[in-house]
Amino acid sequence: MMGTLLDVENLWVKFPSRNGVFDAVRGVSFTLGRERLGIVGESGSGKSMTGRAILRLIRPPGIVEAAQISLDGVDLMKLSEKDMRAVRGQKISMVMQDPKFSLNPVMTIGDQIIEAYRLHNSATKAQAYKKSLEMLEAVSIRDPERVMRAYPHEMSGGMGQRIMIAMMLIPNPEILIADEPTSALDVSVQRQVLDIMDKLVKERGMGLIFISHDLNLVADFCDRVLIMYAGRIVEVCEADKLHEAQHPYTRGLLNSLPRLDMPRDRLAVLQRDPEWSVAPSVSARL
Amino acid sequence: MAETQTLRQWLLTDTPSSRRHAKLSAIYQGWLSFRSNTMAMIGLWILILLVLVAFAAPLIAPHDPFVQSLGNRLAPLGTEGHVLGTDSLGRDILSRLIYGARITLYIVALVALIAPVAGLLVGTVAGYVGGWTDTVLMRITDIFLAFPRLVLALAFVAALGAGIENAVLAISLTAWPPYARIARAETLTIRSSDYISAIKLQGAGPLRIITKHIWPLCISSLIVRVTLDMAGIILAAAGLGFLGLGAQPPSPEWGAMISEGRRFILDHWWVATMPGLAIFTVSLAFNLLGDGLRDVLDPKAGE
Amino acid sequence: MVGRPKCERPVVNMLEIDNLNVWFGKHRDRVDAVKGASFTVGQGESFGLVGESGSGKSTILRAITGLAPLWSGGMIVDGQPLDHRRKRAFFKTVQMVFQDPYASLHPRHSVDQVLGETLHLHGFSDIDARVVKLLDDVGLGQKFRFRYPHQLSGGQRQRVAIARALAPEPHLLLLDEPTSALDVSVQAEILNLLVDLRASRGLTYLMVSHDLSVVGHMCDRLAVMKDGEIVEVLAVDALRAMKASHPYSKHLLEASL
Repeated sequence: MMGTLLDVENLWVKFPSRNGVFDAVRGVSFTLGRERLGIVGESGSGKSMTGRAILRLIRPPGIVEAAQISLDGVDLMKLSEKDMRAVRGQKISMVMQDPKFSLNPVMTIGDQIIEAYRLHNSATKAQAYKKSLEMLEAVSIRDPERVMRAYPHEMSGGMGQRIMIAMMLIPNPEILIADEPTSALDVSVQRQVLDIMDKLVKERGMGLIFISHDLNLVADFCDRVLIMYAGRIVEVCEADKLHEAQHPYTRGLLNSLPRLDMPRDRLAVLQRDPEWSVAPSVSARL
Repeated sequence: MAETQTLRQWLLTDTPSSRRHAKLSAIYQGWLSFRSNTMAMIGLWILILLVLVAFAAPLIAPHDPFVQSLGNRLAPLGTEGHVLGTDSLGRDILSRLIYGARITLYIVALVALIAPVAGLLVGTVAGYVGGWTDTVLMRITDIFLAFPRLVLALAFVAALGAGIENAVLAISLTAWPPYARIARAETLTIRSSDYISAIKLQGAGPLRIITKHIWPLCISSLIVRVTLDMAGIILAAAGLGFLGLGAQPPSPEWGAMISEGRRFILDHWWVATMPGLAIFTVSLAFNLLGDGLRDVLDPKAGE
Repeated sequence: MVGRPKCERPVVNMLEIDNLNVWFGKHRDRVDAVKGASFTVGQGESFGLVGESGSGKSTILRAITGLAPLWSGGMIVDGQPLDHRRKRAFFKTVQMVFQDPYASLHPRHSVDQVLGETLHLHGFSDIDARVVKLLDDVGLGQKFRFRYPHQLSGGQRQRVAIARALAPEPHLLLLDEPTSALDVSVQAEILNLLVDLRASRGLTYLMVSHDLSVVGHMCDRLAVMKDGEIVEVLAVDALRAMKASHPYSKHLLEASL
């Protein structure tokens, strides 16, 4: 791994409620290099909150606290909201689960990409159009001219997600945060979208944070994996060694999956140990 | 264990032990979230005060609201025995306002009973049954919606004759179409949801589905809408009263009081202003309450 | 504990689908969701329908239950041919569990109300005792009886939905992606519950899923669907042995390994 892009230290996300403060993320620390870092966990494990907290996208009354979230030596926690806006998109981009909610339904896809491009670069309309076509080609969209004229509802889920990725890549960010980018897609399309993301990350030397609930997918796709439970990191491991993971939670998750090559009468049920949620978070800083 | 529990813990439990317990607990949690909204609480207190005043009118009113005293007419604010002054016939304005609260509550309660229920009925049936029923019911709704409310109410009162009951009827007849629209829109989203499909798979008929499954979900947004509309209803009633088509003299209806005071507004401003302030306060209270209720009842917000 | 039924084809058919077409909309807007689907599910068998989104697999379930009213072809349930109206008695034979437990429970009805109303509709009189029994059967127990859906986790909600489907004591259970909205550890619990219930009650399952490994775990035979058509019907053992013959089934199999 060449150099550290992002260094997160002791990150907390708190939500005050009537019954006291709820900690969604509890003291998570990790670094991101030019690699594919997977964050896996079940719903409520705080994995999405971690991704959003990096971009300071937690809405009030939620509170983000961290010793530091430094990007190229700049602590994002100390930036003003205005400077933060420049970071979002320019340096760190985010792809969400469902493209339908991220695209403007009343603008053609072409207009949206061109607008996004011209927001970040000073270019004439013609230049922006040409660049947009290139971007769509880069995410393996055939017939990009037709897609440029289309509206989001005319696109399938896989197409929509590829368009979102294309838009996120326009400002040439250093880090891409993908929050369950393929969970809404069919398996065969999933593969294509992942391949595209993989190719772009490699070619551009970006850092990728890949948030997912799917252990096998992450094991397959990422370099390093953080396993989260109840707002903490319980285990960090190399992705290709995920199946040799030690923590009982990770083991339990792996065992509870039905497998075609290993038929069983009953699936192993995960026994949750209250210890897991009080044990301190494992640091994934290098 | 049950002994060591406080009532509050019992109400806030996540594991209710009986039907009644579950209901009470749900109500209490709604109350807690309502209580945290200060403005809504102010609205609620004003309305509680209004109800108390209306009930206890004979006890707290310093004078008979109908007794005239022509020697003491148009007395200014703070006159001995008449805190808010007297009107053109020498009647005590404060007493008239207190008795007027009864009329206002009467109008509000009747309209709140008639209009939303009619709207709910029309809207849910149109939304659930669909097809021709929907088209016919909604076009009728559109016709009602196309008229300005006060003009339509005027026409009704003119046809039915002036008087408070007819005013209520006229206001209700003009107030239901927006409720029907809301109820229909909600029904359309609820109709296609899985839990309606699920109850259909138990063989439930349309009547049961509409009354037991769709109504409970529509009612909360209607309640919110009604409280927010209350201000408008009070104003419409006052408007009819002002035009002489609502409550008839000598009844101390607030709108009619403004109408009477209008002639003296330049020299004796309080005669028209005091009932105006009363209308303003109660309307505001309903609006504040409605806002608070929306936070508690709207299933889309929160969670 | 009854052993897991083996893959032999039973003699009696619980469900026969013959050249089923299902469509939505009329005239120019008509969309054909299912085209000429035919398959049979034997009594006590567990049959899977596999395909990607839009392949029409859930639509078949909706046609059987009458939720998709526009269809042609033949459907026979438990020896009774279906017409376009479903009587209440039909729902004593066939019940369905929906995909999203967050959407399939009425937000203002407690567990007690949901189960009580279902039992009432099917004409049971000993409702209290049955609600208790149902909750025990799906592994929830008494303390969940008076809770509202927002007081339940996803897995608990799905258990309530399963209890509701079991209430009329049906023979055929239609499962529409019953675990796709749940976490994997919860999925394991629900799948185990479904396996146990089928064994103890002798149920027949028709299960829709996009996840081949889930269908592989739960079913004896499966049909692969693509664009509204069934491209292949095969036994799960053949699937495990990678003996799918249609190129699309092979493609799906490769993608899910």
